[in-house]
Amino acid sequence: MSAFAAVIARELRLSIRTGGDVLTLVLFFVMIGVVVPFAVGPDRDLLARLAPGVVWIAAFLSMLLGLDRLFRADHEDGTLILLRHADLPFSAIVAAKVIAHWIVSAVPLIVASPLLAVMLALDGAAFWRVVLSLLVGTPALAALGAIGAAVTVSIRRGGLIAPVLILPLAVPVLIFGVGAISTGPGPDLSGSALLFLAAISLITLALSPFAAALAISSGED
Amino acid sequence: MTERQVFGPLALSAHALAVGRGGIALAQGLEFSVQNGKCLLLRGPNGVGKSTLLLTLAGIVEALDGGFSLDGATAEDGPLLHYCGHRNAIKPRLSVLENLDFWAQLNGPTGAASLEALETIGLEHVAGLDAGYLSAGQGRRLALARLLVSARPLWLLDEPTAALDTEGHDLVTRLIDAHLDAGGLVVAATHDPITPADPNRVETLVMAGGH
Repeated sequence: MSAFAAVIARELRLSIRTGGDVLTLVLFFVMIGVVVPFAVGPDRDLLARLAPGVVWIAAFLSMLLGLDRLFRADHEDGTLILLRHADLPFSAIVAAKVIAHWIVSAVPLIVASPLLAVMLALDGAAFWRVVLSLLVGTPALAALGAIGAAVTVSIRRGGLIAPVLILPLAVPVLIFGVGAISTGPGPDLSGSALLFLAAISLITLALSPFAAALAISSGED
Repeated sequence: MTERQVFGPLALSAHALAVGRGGIALAQGLEFSVQNGKCLLLRGPNGVGKSTLLLTLAGIVEALDGGFSLDGATAEDGPLLHYCGHRNAIKPRLSVLENLDFWAQLNGPTGAASLEALETIGLEHVAGLDAGYLSAGQGRRLALARLLVSARPLWLLDEPTAALDTEGHDLVTRLIDAHLDAGGLVVAATHDPITPADPNRVETLVMAGGH
């Protein structure tokens, strides 16, 4: 097994055995979907119109809340220093961690999204657009989040600073993510929104490992 | 270790090196050089900059002044050093063997096999145990096993004997001896006596707080 795959395998194994973190985020995600119908009332049309926004806010917040575990534990037990002397370039290791982070924090949300679709009275076609837009957009959140987590990793108890730092950068993801789900009013632009979302994901995924690796290296001194 | 790997010629030398953390110099004007088969022991009271010097040599902290060089290495050799710091970098929830296997895969399985390394450091009976249950001394041994599974010429050891029992001190001495036999280089900061078989191979750098 290559070193790259070893990093991903280790991250997955750790999060499966720890378990609690992933479940908490999924519950948080579902909870937002449960709370909104109570807050806005049982108007099915209104709920269906709000649904794209609510789903993305739920996904957005759950992914940002889970950021801290990306580098913190490795920083505290000294693993992060040693990872810099691996055979693999450090930015490749960061890339592997970002991919693993996406698998453990975004995939469970996508799996849980049918629950939200029921709560928010989404019809079948809209539901598949939700799944597609989450699938395409969440890698950008994971990649941006990695930069935030890397910048704040040397700050003790800096857990919630990373989401605040990343929030403004992640707003385009939110805009195009919602755009890729909602079809009206006006002409249907969900297709082009989805393409924009894909472009954002690809660019951030390509750049963030380098930025995050640099942030970690310079933060150590 | 059964196999003897001979490392290529390598020399670590420092010239007027100043190290410190957060812009404050801890040690200045350090001059030393270490060749194949030699061990440099860093000694001195707490807070004198031993750990910082090791971090600087590992490339994690930037030197404040002067410099150091690794001569004889080419870019194709890949990473040349193992750093073994205060923190053991052991993951609870992974077994002892899984922890070690991960490092073997990441750093290249160029040294001893994982099980063989565990036997050398005396942890083979807990190979399947969750590493979170290891005692401090056992954790230290596992951290040392990481040096064995990937062969790299330069070892930077920060308090390698911390939390180890007397048998563990002998173990560290044996490991360093074997590494020097194979043509490796060791820079170790320690308060405990490490006395390899051949005293000629050991140099000591006494660091005093020259403020």
